[in-house]
Amino acid sequence: MKPVVAAQGISKHFGGVQALRDVSLSLHPGQVRSLVGENGSGKSTLIKILAGVYQPDSGTIHLDGVPCQHLHARQAVRAGVQVIYQDFSLFANLTVAENLALNTQIQSCRRFVNWRQVRRIATEALAKVGHEIDLDKSVADLTVAQKQLVAIAKALLHDARVIVMDEPTTALTKREVAALFRVIDDLRAKGLSILFVSHKLQEVREISDTITVLRSGRKVAEGDASQFSRDDLVFHMTGRRVETGTPPSRPGASQVLFEVRNLTRRNAFEQICFEVQRGEILGITGLLGSGRAELALALFGLEPVDSGTIRLEGRDIRLGNVSEAVIAGLAYVPEDRTLEGLFPPQSIERNMAIAGLGSFANRFGWLRPGQLRATVDRWMKDLSIRAPAQQTAVENLSGGNQQKVVLGKWLAAHTKLLILNGPTVGVDIGAKVDVHERIRSLVEQGLGVILISDDLPELLSLSRRVLLMSRGRIVKELTCESLDHDALAAELAELE
Amino acid sequence: MRKLLGQHEFYLAMILTVLVIAIGLANPAFLTRANLFDLCKSSTVMGLFALGVLIVLTSGGIDISFAAIGAFSMYVTSRLLLAVDFQGSVWVAFLLASLIGLALGLFNAVSINVLRLPTLIVTLGSASVFRGFLLAFIGTSIVNRLPAGMIAFSRRTLFEQTLATGETIGLSFSFVLYLLAIVAVAFVLRYTLLGRGIYALGGNAEAAERVGFNLRRVQFFIYGFVGLLSGVAGLVHACTMRNANPFDLVGTELSVIAAVVLGGASITGGRGTVLGAVLGVFLIVVINNSLILLGIPSYWQKVATGGVIIASVAITAIRKDGVRHAAASWR
Ligand SMILES: Nc1ncnc2c1ncn2[C@@H]1O[C@H](COP(=O)(O)OP(=O)(O)OP(=O)(O)O)[C@@H](O)[C@H]1O
Ligand SMILES: [Mg+2]
Repeated sequence: MKPVVAAQGISKHFGGVQALRDVSLSLHPGQVRSLVGENGSGKSTLIKILAGVYQPDSGTIHLDGVPCQHLHARQAVRAGVQVIYQDFSLFANLTVAENLALNTQIQSCRRFVNWRQVRRIATEALAKVGHEIDLDKSVADLTVAQKQLVAIAKALLHDARVIVMDEPTTALTKREVAALFRVIDDLRAKGLSILFVSHKLQEVREISDTITVLRSGRKVAEGDASQFSRDDLVFHMTGRRVETGTPPSRPGASQVLFEVRNLTRRNAFEQICFEVQRGEILGITGLLGSGRAELALALFGLEPVDSGTIRLEGRDIRLGNVSEAVIAGLAYVPEDRTLEGLFPPQSIERNMAIAGLGSFANRFGWLRPGQLRATVDRWMKDLSIRAPAQQTAVENLSGGNQQKVVLGKWLAAHTKLLILNGPTVGVDIGAKVDVHERIRSLVEQGLGVILISDDLPELLSLSRRVLLMSRGRIVKELTCESLDHDALAAELAELE
Repeated sequence: MRKLLGQHEFYLAMILTVLVIAIGLANPAFLTRANLFDLCKSSTVMGLFALGVLIVLTSGGIDISFAAIGAFSMYVTSRLLLAVDFQGSVWVAFLLASLIGLALGLFNAVSINVLRLPTLIVTLGSASVFRGFLLAFIGTSIVNRLPAGMIAFSRRTLFEQTLATGETIGLSFSFVLYLLAIVAVAFVLRYTLLGRGIYALGGNAEAAERVGFNLRRVQFFIYGFVGLLSGVAGLVHACTMRNANPFDLVGTELSVIAAVVLGGASITGGRGTVLGAVLGVFLIVVINNSLILLGIPSYWQKVATGGVIIASVAITAIRKDGVRHAAASWR
C-alpha cells in the first residue's frame, strides 16, 4: 500500500541543537504508528515538520507520493493532515464552541460567522469523543484534561486522512484514554492513518501497529509493535536498562508533619481529613472530576475554602493565601505547567531560581550570580534537563523538559511539604526514574510529599499509602499490604 | 440570568446607574435634557477613539499613536480645504480626514510587520513622528475660521427644542456618527471571521496562524481601521471645538486606553467588548461632567477617574476568579 504521508531524510537544527538527523517515516492508511523517544529526542519537531509548521533543513515530505518543496501549514491541512499539538493550540479566551468550529469556518472561506452553525459543529465534535463539556465555557476555565479532549475533538472534526496526536493522553485518566482508543480503532477501521506519541509505553504497545523509536534526533529502531517488549522500547529510547524503584521505607518513629481537618469547599470536595508524616509520600488518585485537582489548589491557597483547617508542624496555616503557604514551607507543582508554573519567555535559570530567590542573595539583597549558576547547573544535571544552556528560554524546550524545569523550581525552594500534581506528566521513562529518585532523596531528608497522580506504576513505586477520591470525598485508603497494581486498578474501575 | 451576573458590562452598567441617580439627587441640573445631550456630545470623540483602541487591545497589541493621527488628519484636512477655499459638503472633509488617518494607520501596520517590533514601541515612535511632522511642516497656528461645511455640521442637531430661557438645545449630529461606528465595530467583532480572527490573534497568535488566519492581513485591517476611526474622531473634535488646533488631542491617549480597560478589555489581549468600551467611556465622561456641576476643582477629576478605574477593575478581578487570579497576577 502506498503511504499517505512520507518524510524522507529529514534533518532540522535550532541554533546549536540538532533536533533531527536524517529521519524517515511513513504513514500508511489504516495503520497506527507510534513515535516514542526521550524528552527532546525530536518527536514534536518531526510532527511540526509534517504539519508544515517548521521547514526542514534538508529532506522532503511526500503527500500521496507527490514531493512538496515548501510545505505550508494550510497546505498540509488541505491535504488532510490534522495535528493535536502537545500544547493543545487552543484559544483560552474563546469559548469551547468557537475553538472547535473556528477551523471549519475558515476552511469554508466564509466571511461571516453563523453562530448557530458554530454550536452545531461543536456539539457534533464533542459527541465524537463521548464527553460532555459546557460549550459556552471559555477554554481558560477548563481543566487540563478537558482542554485535551477539546483539542482531540477539534482534530476529529475535519475530514482528515492523517491524524497526528502529540501526547494526547497526558492528562487523561483511564476512562478517557479508553474512549480515545475506541475512537482511534474506529478511525483505523475507516482507513485513516494515525501517528501517536506518548510516554506511556503501556498505551503505545496497546494501540499501535508499528513503532518508531527516536533517540537524540536519530531513528534508532522501527518495526511491528509485537516485536518490541516494554524493556526493549526503554532500551532503544534511553540506550540503557532502567529499573523502577520501590517506595522509601517508613522512618522509624513517625511524626506528623501536615494535618488536614474537615476541609470543605462547596461543589468541589467535602470533609477531607488526612495527615502526612515526616518522610512520607502520600499518594492521592481518582477519576477526572473527583475533586483532587481542586483539593491540591486549595491546600496551596490557590482556591478559597469554605471550612476546615490545615496545619503544618502543628501550626495553623491561613487558608486561601498563597504567600503564607509558601512562607510556611508548602510548595506546589501544578498540573498545567505553561499556565500555572512557568514564565515561558524567560531562561531556565530564572525560572528555576524564582521560588528560592532569597537563598541566592547576600545580606544586602543582591543576587550572587556565581552561586546561582552553579546550583542551577547541578539541578539541570540531577533532572537531566536537555537544553543548550541555562540561558535558553523555557518556551524553546521540549514539553517534557519544561516539566522538569517546573519541578526544579520547587525542589530549589526551602520546602517542608511538596504537593505534586502529576509531576511526571509528559516526562520520558528514563527521566521519570531520575525524578522519582530525586523525590525519594528529598523525602529522606525529612520532607513530606503529597503525590497526586493517575500513573499507577508511579504511585506504586513512590507511595506506601494511597487515598482514593471520588465525587469530592476520600472513599478509601489503601496501605502497604493491600497495595499493588491490580488492587489499585480494580478499585479505580469500581468507581466508574 | 446567571450569565448576565457574570458579565463585567453588567456591573459597569450598575455602577453607572447608581452614579447617575446619586448625582441627579445631589444636583438636579445633571438630569436635565440639556445636560444629557451634552454628555452624549462629550463622549463622542473619546468614544470613537475608544472603539479603535478596543480593537487593538483585543488583538493583543497597543496603539499610542491614535491621538496623533487624529490631530494630524483634522489639522491637515482643515488647512487643505481652507487653502482651496472649499465650500462644499462636510462629507468631503470626513472622507479626506479618514483617508489620511487610514494612510497613517497603514504606515503603522507596515512598520509593525516589517520591523517585527512590539506594537507599543512602533506606535510610540510613529506618534512622535506624526506629531513632529505636523508641527514642523504643516503649521503650529490655530485655525479659527473653519470651512463653511464644518461649521454647518457643528451646528446641526437632532431633537431640537427651545427652552423657556430662549436657548435652543439639541443632540449633536456627530453622535449619530458615533452610533454608526458602534454598530459597525460591534458587527465586525462579533459576526465576521475577521473579527473573530482579532480575538484569536489576541488569545494565541501561534494557534491563530495554525488554524489558518492570515495574521498579516488581520493586522493591516486593525491598524488601518484604527487610523481611519482616529481621522474621523479628529475631525469631529475640530467641528465640536469650532477650531483646528494642532496641539489638541495629544495627551488624551492614556485616558482613552483607561476607559477601554475600565470597560473590561484585557490589556494583554483577547478580551473586550464594544458595549464595555462604550460604557467605560460614558462612565468617565459622567464623572468629569458631574464634578464640574458639583463645583469640584478639575484636578480632582483626575483623581476620581483613576480611583474609579482601579476600583472597577479590582471588583471584577476579585469577583470573577476569587483569590486565584489575584494571586496569579503576582506569582
Ligand atoms: N523553537 C525551538 N527553538 C529552539 N530549540 C527548539 C525549538 N523547538 C525544539 N527545540 C529543541 O529541539 C529538541 C527537540 O525538541 P522536541 O520538542 O522535538 O522534543 P520531543 O521529542 O517532542 O520531547 P518531549 O517528549 O519532551 O515533548 C529539544 O532539544 C528542544 O530544546
Ligand atoms: Mg514533544
